[in-house]
Amino acid sequence: MAIAIKREAADVKRRPPIFRRDPLDILFYAVTALAAMAVVAVTLGIFYILVRESYPAIKKFGVFGFIVSKEWDPYREVFGAATNLFGTAVATCLSLIIAIPVALGIAIFVTEIAPDFLKGPIGAAIELLAAIPSIIYGIWGFFTLAPIMSAHIEPFLMNTLGRLPLVGPLFQGTPMGIDLLTASVILSIMIIPFTASISRDAFNLTPEIVKESAYAVGATRWEVVKNVVIPYSRLGIFGGVALSLGRALGETMAVAFVLGNNHQITTSLFDAAATITVTLANEFTEASTKTYLSSLFYLALLLFVLSFAILAVAKIFLVRYEKKNPREQ
Amino acid sequence: MNLDMEIKGLNFYYAGKHMVLHNINLEIYKNTVTALIGPSGCGKTTLLRCFNRMHDLYPGNKYEGEIIFQGRNILTKETDLIDLRSRIGMVFQKPTPFPMSIFDNVAYGLRLRGIRKKSILSEKVEHALKQSAIWEEVKDKLHESAYALSGGQQQRLVIARALAVEPEALLFDEPTSALDPISTAKIEELIEGLKENVTIIIVTHNLQQAARISEWTGFLMLGELVEFDRTEKIFTVPKEKLTEDYVTGRFG
Repeated sequence: MAIAIKREAADVKRRPPIFRRDPLDILFYAVTALAAMAVVAVTLGIFYILVRESYPAIKKFGVFGFIVSKEWDPYREVFGAATNLFGTAVATCLSLIIAIPVALGIAIFVTEIAPDFLKGPIGAAIELLAAIPSIIYGIWGFFTLAPIMSAHIEPFLMNTLGRLPLVGPLFQGTPMGIDLLTASVILSIMIIPFTASISRDAFNLTPEIVKESAYAVGATRWEVVKNVVIPYSRLGIFGGVALSLGRALGETMAVAFVLGNNHQITTSLFDAAATITVTLANEFTEASTKTYLSSLFYLALLLFVLSFAILAVAKIFLVRYEKKNPREQ
Repeated sequence: MNLDMEIKGLNFYYAGKHMVLHNINLEIYKNTVTALIGPSGCGKTTLLRCFNRMHDLYPGNKYEGEIIFQGRNILTKETDLIDLRSRIGMVFQKPTPFPMSIFDNVAYGLRLRGIRKKSILSEKVEHALKQSAIWEEVKDKLHESAYALSGGQQQRLVIARALAVEPEALLFDEPTSALDPISTAKIEELIEGLKENVTIIIVTHNLQQAARISEWTGFLMLGELVEFDRTEKIFTVPKEKLTEDYVTGRFG
């Protein structure tokens, strides 16, 4: 034993750590390093192609001009991103508004309230929901959810929320079922499993002893969840929401079926709209001219930058949050 | 000497397991410090957690026998656990500040009881912090996160949080096991001062600690209360051979 340690120490002294004598080690180093580099290369490569292909459109429409322009006219070859950005922003935000409370409810129930024999099955169901391919959500949305929205839910909303001041205009129009609201509902169903399972894992990290001490000063279950578990898990919940946001931003197939793909900025959630992803999926095959194709690439570039920016902001936020509130230990 | 709590024929079962506490009989006197000692796994923490019904948080646990606190058996179904836990506070092995400011930590129990008025809250928080001998250290940073405090300060903060709701008894579950000697000395000093107002039951691994701060000591082993007597008797002239072997360090 002592001899072995001595020899190893001598080896370490003789060679810099990267160059091991074992050729397999060198191969291992090379393969892992290559894999890691490939990730960076692919990301940069995609970014480069997006910039190169959208360059004609960037030159023609500019950056600010493209973003604020509501035009989307393949015949006149005038393109702007505003309608697509609008659809993406509304569908994403609305889906988060619907999904977050439901997801937190699921996570709280599973971690704090459900009896042990229910925890497993519910957890499995959540994971299963996350595993369903998005095209299936799309078909289900088109054939099942949209008719229900059109026949029951949207008329109901129109007669209740639609009559209120301020929020009223959001719920007026023709309840067709193929619209922003239905798309947001589908999106929210798709992101609930992510938010729920990440929040659940975060809740489970709350130390038992801290929860017990809240009970020990006479807190009820709800008070423990509200004052201890949720604040303790803020980081994890934030992570789950950021991940869901990314997924909602990029989701295409499920939304394509029920959004109606109409380039317009509307005041009503009962109107058809377009998101960046759906526009890309629908129109790439039709893009006959160079400007049209280049504009689609430009949209893709915007989505790329947007996703990256959101991720970056989330990361910065998390790092700063962690610095400000150091966790116990 | 006034009786504060009387434990009669207490048996306790963890869910799905056999009996872990056997026929515990014990009397706790008002405004005294009672220490529970014994080797690991002897059931002293389990016993302590019976007094505020902490075991009820986990399904399937079962009590038998009686714990009479202020004339009422607290092991009955009718016992209001929220009320019980505000009368019998608890401090744990590790400091457990909540993720909020120092002030909010101490005010937590008060707010749960519906006290909203700023002036009353401030007054009670200050009083509790003074009682737990940490006021001078935190009075200028009441609205900073409790996590910024040291381990020993956090533990005194947690004691202040338990004191703020003016409990009649306080349970300490090895409160200094995660602390350095200086912080430990401060907590011990604090506990001695607190017994003027509250009855204290403390579980400890540290025999010297039990000898230093308690008037009464109970020695448990394998879920049974082997001996219960005045602390000086337990440590000098114990009646039982087992107790003598334990306090003289022959096993443990």
